[in-house]
Amino acid sequence: MKTAVLTDLHANREAVEAVLAHARAQGARRYAFLGDLVGYGPDPGWVLDLVRGQVRAGAVAVRGNHDAAVAHGSPPNMRADARNAAEWTRGSLTADQLQFLAALPLTEERGEVLYVHANAYAPAEWDYVQSRSEAVRSLQATARRVTFCGHMHEPKLFHLSGLGKAGEFTPTAGVPIPLLPHRQWLVIPGAVGQPRDGDPAACYALFDEEAWAVTYCRVPYDHDGTAAKMREAGLPQRLWERLVDGR
Amino acid sequence: MDAEAPAALPPPLAAGQVIDGFHLEEKLHVGGMAHLWRVTRPGVADDLPLIMKVPRIKGGEDPATIVSYEVEQMILPALSGPHVPRFIAKGDFTRQAYIVMERIPGDSLKPRLDQAPLALDEVIDIGQRVATALHELHRQHLVHLDIKPSNIMFRPDGSAVLVDFGLSRHDHLPDLLDEEFTLPMGTGPYMSPEQVQFVRNDPRSDLFALGVMLYHLTTGERPFGQPTSVRGLRRRLYIDPVPPRVLRADCPPWLQEVILRCLEVQPERRFQSAAQLALALQEPSQVPLTARAERSRQSGPVRRFKRWFFALGAEPAGNAGLDAGKQVSRSPIIMAAVDIEGAEEALLKALAETVRRLLLTEPEARLACVSVMRTARIGMDDLVDASGQSRHVKQLVGLKHWARPISKTLNLEDGRLTFHVLEAPDPAAAIVDYARRAQIDHIVMGARGNSALRRYLGSVSSQVVAQADCSVTVVRAAAPGADAAAS
Repeated sequence: MKTAVLTDLHANREAVEAVLAHARAQGARRYAFLGDLVGYGPDPGWVLDLVRGQVRAGAVAVRGNHDAAVAHGSPPNMRADARNAAEWTRGSLTADQLQFLAALPLTEERGEVLYVHANAYAPAEWDYVQSRSEAVRSLQATARRVTFCGHMHEPKLFHLSGLGKAGEFTPTAGVPIPLLPHRQWLVIPGAVGQPRDGDPAACYALFDEEAWAVTYCRVPYDHDGTAAKMREAGLPQRLWERLVDGR
Repeated sequence: MDAEAPAALPPPLAAGQVIDGFHLEEKLHVGGMAHLWRVTRPGVADDLPLIMKVPRIKGGEDPATIVSYEVEQMILPALSGPHVPRFIAKGDFTRQAYIVMERIPGDSLKPRLDQAPLALDEVIDIGQRVATALHELHRQHLVHLDIKPSNIMFRPDGSAVLVDFGLSRHDHLPDLLDEEFTLPMGTGPYMSPEQVQFVRNDPRSDLFALGVMLYHLTTGERPFGQPTSVRGLRRRLYIDPVPPRVLRADCPPWLQEVILRCLEVQPERRFQSAAQLALALQEPSQVPLTARAERSRQSGPVRRFKRWFFALGAEPAGNAGLDAGKQVSRSPIIMAAVDIEGAEEALLKALAETVRRLLLTEPEARLACVSVMRTARIGMDDLVDASGQSRHVKQLVGLKHWARPISKTLNLEDGRLTFHVLEAPDPAAAIVDYARRAQIDHIVMGARGNSALRRYLGSVSSQVVAQADCSVTVVRAAAPGADAAAS
């Protein structure tokens, strides 16, 4: 059974559609959404309806900081761009959609796997896993063998051995990596809706639960089309410009 | 989950036991790190002989064994082709750790090492086979990092098989050994200087290890002894080995050149790819001889002191972004197949220009210029033409003349340019075969412009395009009036 893990969708319909088509072709039958379903992008309603449908069919979905900002109001430390986008998003959602967003859990566990938006040690504080030390902190905060988290928009893989040694790895797209049982793994698939590693193609991860292997995937999509929609919707220029160069 | 080392030792395995469908038949070998069992898998219709490798975990206090076992479990399934044992299955530490793989019949190269010095022909032959296998693995993004006789086996057809990937590094998989240990990982006598300094991403480290092995097979001695301490290992950073010819008088200068080049401290001064080393071993006459070939003693105390001083706390040159794939792809071998006798002048010029442009974009590339001298299929050919000059030499002269403008404008030195006249009845087959043997990355050749001739003789280039394993560029000279005809 393969699970496609999508994170930081950011209301980017074109990217989500391209990723789902790719994942189906790769044999994905289950889905997990690691939050930041909305914010920044022009199609929050469409993305929420899609995720809601998948959750009814058994998919995992957890809450991201943008989802929280839209549902409950932006925190005072949120950047102006993100805050503006969150307000725009709130205005374009139905009461139903807002309610679904507000009810998303912070974490979800399935067997040996933990799904969370930011990290396992303080999921509601939204700290970023920027380096090995935060990755170790997160891995030590859970007994699960594999953690999938989003929030960081660049694909990365951390691991922690039984001897307490941690390593990090920048994955190559399309290569299955066995998640060996003798250590813990923290998988950051990278953003679907707003990649930031210099490549505008959408990121997601394919998790093969039989082989215990994860494959990082890159899927090109019509980012110019999404950027044009954002411009028309009056969303901040910096937000749609960065879609095009993936920064 | 079981994040701790296994708390209790599993009971020892015994013949007759069945693990995940594999029947343990016979214990073949007890190594320092693992037991090897011959196993069968009844009910599965293939007659591939199998072995099961079971790590020797000594009471859970042995991180090196565990991690290098994990590394092999991760890497072996990612490799393919004739130069590795085929991966079949694996089992994890939570139950019974094992890897099942194809069993390569016969001994490793280790017993031959114990008989060194060997006949030079055999040393050269072993070197070629191992270099060919190494290049194939480097192309698969792997640096082996533990090349030594006990990790080298041979298939019945003679191709080398590299085994034991417990210390290896794959460009596309996490390196579990990186920063895991505070001692350099490798086998003392064979470890490259950069490996001693914790560099694990340079495929040229494997060429150093192969150089150590060739030195030992040639002379019967280890070039850097068998150090057991880090301090002893670091000596190779500043003490160069006794030149092989001092220990073995019949070692030819070219072979000393090749071996000492493999043993250079700086990877940049070694062969830049295993294919380039294999080519040198195949074509001794093409090995450019430098001072290395004639060296008759180790460097003196002053030079040694200087090297020692600079090696103190030295960090290897910045190669953080390096990996096996990048190093291999930036050191390609380009083959120019030149029909020196038959081609029109315009085509020869166009071919030279295309080759020059290709080399310009690949500063580490090597150029092998090849022409084929057609011989009759049956019987001996008359190798001497009317003027009395051997056709072979004439072709070689023609080839060198053709390449002169390229080598002059690009300043190709240090063995980056070689010439080969092949004698064969079928030029296309000879070109394809040579490219395969020399692990050529890219063939550049001309197409016969004259269509009547092409109809009569058949197209060599289209056969090469159809049969070669590598990229092929076919060059055509613009025919006079071609523009008019095309429009």
